[in-house]
Amino acid sequence: MLQEVIMKDIEATKHVLVPKHTKLSDKEKKEFLEKYAVSIEDLPKISVKDPAIGHLDSKPGDIIKIVRKSPTAGESAFYRVVINV
Amino acid sequence: MSIYAEYANKIPKRVIDEVKDGVPESISESKLKKILDECVREYESSMVEAGEAVGLVSAESIGEPGTQMTLNTFHFAGVAEMNVTMGLPRVIEILDGRKSLTTPMMEIYLKKPYSKGENIRKLALAIKGTKLRDVASEFSIDMAENAIRVLLDKEKMKEIELTESSIGKSVQKSIKAYNVKLEDGMLALKSKSKEITLNELYKMKEKIKSMHLAGVKGVTQVLPVRREEEYIIITAGSNLKDVLEMEEVDATRTTTNDIFEIESVLGIEAARKAIIDEVFKVIESQGLNVDVRHIMLVADTMCTSGSVRGITRYGIVSQKSSVLARASFETPIKHIINASLIGEVDYLTSVVENVMINQPVPIGTGLPKLRMKKQNEN
Repeated sequence: MLQEVIMKDIEATKHVLVPKHTKLSDKEKKEFLEKYAVSIEDLPKISVKDPAIGHLDSKPGDIIKIVRKSPTAGESAFYRVVINV
Repeated sequence: MSIYAEYANKIPKRVIDEVKDGVPESISESKLKKILDECVREYESSMVEAGEAVGLVSAESIGEPGTQMTLNTFHFAGVAEMNVTMGLPRVIEILDGRKSLTTPMMEIYLKKPYSKGENIRKLALAIKGTKLRDVASEFSIDMAENAIRVLLDKEKMKEIELTESSIGKSVQKSIKAYNVKLEDGMLALKSKSKEITLNELYKMKEKIKSMHLAGVKGVTQVLPVRREEEYIIITAGSNLKDVLEMEEVDATRTTTNDIFEIESVLGIEAARKAIIDEVFKVIESQGLNVDVRHIMLVADTMCTSGSVRGITRYGIVSQKSSVLARASFETPIKHIINASLIGEVDYLTSVVENVMINQPVPIGTGLPKLRMKKQNEN
């Protein structure tokens, strides 16, 4: 059953609508929060159960970096914090 | 080229790519640096000022052309018998975050060789959801035997490759309280319990009419269409999850117009992209010109909480921390009474509440604040 869930999530990441999600390491996370001078609560959120981050093994409090394909900038980075919903 | 990498954090990829395409390959390093520095300067000067009321600009930019949108729902151009909500009703539907759409729709892309048109009709029919009603020609109640009789239509069954026994089996599987028997071209459902009222029988008869037999649940119409060298299937009714699991389907491109389905199957980021695409599609089809950035801002706002929320008093407006801001949108009395009951505090940090009490609003020049340094006590 668990195997099945993981398989499905990986499929979601292949879809054209889904941009690339990566998890920030603890060091990157600290640097990120310092660079933008924000606290974790101020960030946009993403659910732990989101199909696009199923393969990242993330837990609440982690920051996910999302590299979107943007029609205006070509590529843009966006950050979301994982929440427990 | 390492020079480009140096600038990757300062200007967007699009600008760098444009410079790459525009300069001759033999350009010297110092000249290239000069060009890129000029790009950075130009880019920074074109950025939105801090404190600019971007939401207001977006609202006006989307709202003004919105008044010119047709209120009609058009027929799908060139395609027979497919009706799709377009125009203002569709935009409202998306931005309100409605859970049930008036015309849910899917575009199913196929893997090779199906995308070349092989067996496309058969595949389309396999996707179409079949209910018992579709293969039956008559439903009747036999009061003497406490039974429901279903007369099956052989031709329709052949079309979707169902046999009498397979129908009988799937009916039996979902209805435990009845014995299902086959009697030459007829399906007889006999109640297991002796004491059953006519009313109950009638209810059961109506229930089995819409029983799901084959295909994908929720898909009511299918239509194979040729689009740029390949065949795709357009459906009325949507069920992304089940369709993506099918082997013949290209699971990387198949989409639906149901934002919530995309959210649950592909995640919040995909839903954001879908909102932008869907709204932009409508605006484009009406021949209007709205910058994508405005739509992107709306989509971002709808998706910040981690799940899609409509721009309604139940959606993003209910997330506002200020009582007065919530009250100013819709149903003010309800909000004010509830706030007074639980003793809510309004810190007046945002725009609407400050307009209401006639104080400078924190946008533009009202945004910066003075902070005083405390003098040492000695």
